[in-house]
Amino acid sequence: MDFISPEGLRLDGRRPLELRQLQAEIGVVEKADGSATFEMGNTKVIAVVYGPREVQSRSQQQHDQALVRCEYSMASFSTGDRRRRGKGDRRATELSLVIRQTMEAAILTNLLPRSQIDIFVQVLQADGGTRACCINAATLALADAGIPMRDIVASCAAGYLNSTPILDLNYLEDSGGGPDLTVALFPKLDKVSLLQMDSKIPLDVFEKVMNLASEGAKAVAQFIREKLMENTKQLVLAKGR
Amino acid sequence: MLQSKSFVKKTRHGKVLKVVREHYLRDDIACGTISCTVCDNSKACLSSSSGQIIVFDTNVALHQIGLLENAAVSNVVVLSLVLEEVKNKNIGVYNRLRTICSNPSRNFFVFSNENHRETYIKGLAGESPNDRNDRAIRVASKWYHAHLGPTSKIVLVTDDAENRRRALAEGIVALSVHEYVQTLGNAELLDLIIRTGSEEAQTTGDAEDLRPSKRKVIYPEHKLMSEITSGLHKGIYHQGKLRVNRYNGFEATVSSESIGEEILIQGRMDMNRAFDGDVVAVELLPEDQWQANSLGKIAEDADEDDNEEAVGLVPDVAEAVTDTVAAGRAGRPRGRVIGIIKRNWRQYCGSLDPMLNSGGAGGFVHALFSAADRRIPRIRIQTRQFANLVNKRIIVAVDAWDRTMRYPAGHYVSTIGDIGDRDTESEVILLENDVNNKPFSKQVLDCLPPLPWSLAAEELQNPNRRDLRHIRVFSVDPPGCRDIDDALHCTLRPDGNYEVGVHIADVTNFVLPDTPLDEEASKRGTSVYLVERRIDMLPKPLTEDICSLRADVERLTFSVIWEMTPEAEILSTQFTKAIIKSCAAMSYAEAQARMDDSRLSDPLTVDLRNMNRLAKIMRKRRIDRGALTLASPEVKFEIDSETHDPLDVGMYQIREANQMIEEFMLAANVSVAEKIFGHFSQFSMLRRHPVPTPKMLEPLLLTAAAVAVDLDISSSKALADSLDRAVGGDPYFNKLIRILATRCMTQALYFSSGDLPPPEFHHYGLASPIYTHFTSPIRRYADVVVHRLLAAALGLIKLPAGLRDKALLTTVADNLNYRHRNAQMASRASVELHTLIFFKNRPTDTEARIVRIKSNGLIVFVPKFGIEGPVYLTGKKDTKDESDWIVDEQSQTTVSRDGKYRYKVLDKLVIHIEVVEPQPNRPKLQLTLVEQPNA
Ligand SMILES: [Zn+2]
Repeated sequence: MDFISPEGLRLDGRRPLELRQLQAEIGVVEKADGSATFEMGNTKVIAVVYGPREVQSRSQQQHDQALVRCEYSMASFSTGDRRRRGKGDRRATELSLVIRQTMEAAILTNLLPRSQIDIFVQVLQADGGTRACCINAATLALADAGIPMRDIVASCAAGYLNSTPILDLNYLEDSGGGPDLTVALFPKLDKVSLLQMDSKIPLDVFEKVMNLASEGAKAVAQFIREKLMENTKQLVLAKGR
Repeated sequence: MLQSKSFVKKTRHGKVLKVVREHYLRDDIACGTISCTVCDNSKACLSSSSGQIIVFDTNVALHQIGLLENAAVSNVVVLSLVLEEVKNKNIGVYNRLRTICSNPSRNFFVFSNENHRETYIKGLAGESPNDRNDRAIRVASKWYHAHLGPTSKIVLVTDDAENRRRALAEGIVALSVHEYVQTLGNAELLDLIIRTGSEEAQTTGDAEDLRPSKRKVIYPEHKLMSEITSGLHKGIYHQGKLRVNRYNGFEATVSSESIGEEILIQGRMDMNRAFDGDVVAVELLPEDQWQANSLGKIAEDADEDDNEEAVGLVPDVAEAVTDTVAAGRAGRPRGRVIGIIKRNWRQYCGSLDPMLNSGGAGGFVHALFSAADRRIPRIRIQTRQFANLVNKRIIVAVDAWDRTMRYPAGHYVSTIGDIGDRDTESEVILLENDVNNKPFSKQVLDCLPPLPWSLAAEELQNPNRRDLRHIRVFSVDPPGCRDIDDALHCTLRPDGNYEVGVHIADVTNFVLPDTPLDEEASKRGTSVYLVERRIDMLPKPLTEDICSLRADVERLTFSVIWEMTPEAEILSTQFTKAIIKSCAAMSYAEAQARMDDSRLSDPLTVDLRNMNRLAKIMRKRRIDRGALTLASPEVKFEIDSETHDPLDVGMYQIREANQMIEEFMLAANVSVAEKIFGHFSQFSMLRRHPVPTPKMLEPLLLTAAAVAVDLDISSSKALADSLDRAVGGDPYFNKLIRILATRCMTQALYFSSGDLPPPEFHHYGLASPIYTHFTSPIRRYADVVVHRLLAAALGLIKLPAGLRDKALLTTVADNLNYRHRNAQMASRASVELHTLIFFKNRPTDTEARIVRIKSNGLIVFVPKFGIEGPVYLTGKKDTKDESDWIVDEQSQTTVSRDGKYRYKVLDKLVIHIEVVEPQPNRPKLQLTLVEQPNA
């Protein structure tokens, strides 16, 4: 299948190196300590954070750092064919772990000993790149909850179709059979905190795709930063009133 | 800007899904006009000053692609909407349209109107998708006009009158295709236009009354698609690809998975307008109609078509056999086509049938076109240039075939050349067999190493490359061979054993994976050998120089080296990349002469004799194992070096030297097959030869039974032994039986080892459990693949990504099988063409053998020239005379009613061969019986 026309346009009209439209909203759940929705095109994720709070089960308490927990799920209406997706299926368990580890690396856990932070991430609409979108949503929600972090985490995926590296795959491109590489990084520290890919590609191609995904993540980071600034400004204005 | 597209789609499981997709609109899409100052001009090719810019709609692309391909049409905007619609409706046309767009000299610019902020439109409420698309095309035309300013001339070409009316109302110049072509001022182009329904009624009322109400219905109707689908579901209908008999256009088969057997379809009515290769839906006929006429006549004049059996080369494999004896057996399901699911129309080469009154000059004439491919029915075309075209080979495309039309309607596409001209006829052969005859592109040639090539110093340092230059290596090939891909050596070791090496050109050292060169070779699949020339798989510098293992030059090879006992038992096998320096490039005749000349005792001759001795042992062992020694009458022409006309023709002489080389090539192929399969059990490229089914051997058994020869077909070994025993009264008898056996065999096929269980790997003809092709990488792509697999198995290279993908390897194997078959067909057609040229001024009387008895004649085989064809015993049109002959199918004999003449299958007789021209410029070979009293 041709994923890129000879005119250089992808199926949805983007060029290979373009992100989808990003949208985010902070503080969407009043009751929670922190919350946000994050949209990359038609992929939409909500992240809700509770904490830092007391550890629920004593045995899990860590005396020198905070306990970070994460639960990933997919709304049954998130894809076209409506089916129940349990929290416990393998994919969900794996994603919960990935998100937890990525966020844990960002949170200054040693500042919050004996406490617990819960991150709930749910996919509301899936159209490719859910993994990256979840991480971005979680970053915003953690920031909204005021949890101290080394740096924000921004994530983006990239792939390789029709011999061209392409950024931020949608579902159609994701099912194209090419590699799908997700990168999450700390933009200020310029460090990679997550790198995932589950297919074989030649080394030189890998490097190109990896670089592209990093560039994408940096652009996402810029967007997240602007969103946070804007949100802070609004909070300041609200306080001042 | 973002638009979201949503639509409803049905999944495979029958669920209905709502699909939402994003659709981004942009403002950075260029208009492609050279003079434009606003847009990015890097890819611009349209000129707004030099006249009109053409925009066309989807139907114009679908119906008039031939016209668009003509160089006279230029300065055209192709809307992405049109491309998308064409792609969904006809991928073939889409590819052709894309080819035009990518040709810089044609000035076709693709404008992504659907992604442009100003030309994208949303469908209005109540507006059908078609109306919306028509409107989008008008909006794009208008945008160009506004964008390029009031002096620009944008012309919308559409055959939809309503669309034209609206366009005019919106201030856009709109023309029909006919009107547009008239503005080009070239009458010849009018032939290229396809008349679609609505236009036809207006323009052709004069020539013939073609109004639907006045037309007679000829064919049964095609069922509606919905009926077909539900019928297939219920098992009433059967779906499959229609395969028309290559030698009899009135007979076809559909292999249906639902029945598990081939359904026979006989006659134009039952074929119901289906073409060869169409995917059709078939309804079975009642069982009492399954019994067809068991003994076919030579010519079946069921239609007005004069579709007689022609004289041609002897069929080489089962598929090519024209025999209807097996086909007409009782119990074979017969059916008729009730609908066409997918058309397989392409362009066809052929010529127009001569007509008595060809009408006035310049006027439209209805002419009938006969395709070179006998499986294709005649095609009716309209032309203004009948007088010009009648003696030319032309290309025609099919447009439609309604119930009321006896023949499908088509239109003229282009002219190849004069009928009978050798170059034209060769071109036809190549086109018909889908052989790419174009010169290699610059990108491909850029992959070649610079010339003159010589061995680089670092190759000598390469630890993986053995230096065998000191070894006495030689090659033996057909005379005049310039692409030498194999060489050998045979050295007596001090311990009394032999070291035998097969050295194959190291093509993959130069053809690297995923380069344009590799892709081109992979597409071509094989070199194609015509009588007078060769169409290479790889560019000439590689085939004739860098890779050719010529004498006295240093060349890179991939070598198989065995240690063998004097009894030709292989003790060890080594594979290595090597450097050789061949000491002699001999022809078969030269090598044979050396071996036979008892005065010679030089080292090279001794090597040859040793080798020949080993080869004989190996050959005997192979035959004992059950390998078949089959025979096919290969013809060889002696060609005049200046006129390229054939001077003499005769059977190819097989010498011991040929068999010696063949034996070692087989052994190398088997060794390599074992090695690569040992390493890559899932994706090795192998070659198998399926066991022929009893049904395929039926014609052979029938003939054998008639001449009281007992053949045992239970295994290849049994068949080989019984063939050995089949000795008749004369020396040629055994060869003849072998020739008849050969044509019952199936084709050997390439396949990927992951696709079949190991027992299916068997090569029937060679009686080998595993086999592949390694020894001719210069002219076969399969060998290139195998070289890479072997190199990877030895750890010399990493396996290229393309070979690690099972599905991809299967596709490669399928393409190679297709190319291989086509190359063979092209070679045969070329030999047939030269046979015709040869006999043109040389009417000849010669000996022939009867291979089949038909109700009104005999099919005879002419051993000397390798041709086969009908000899009519009665006037072929005069069917009443048929009763003059009494045919006994069982014993395959025919006796004249007065008892004077009696013919039996395999009988010897003398025939007269000459070229006749029943119609001017349509020469063909004719075989007639030379009267002789029968014993
Ligand atoms: Zn412009």
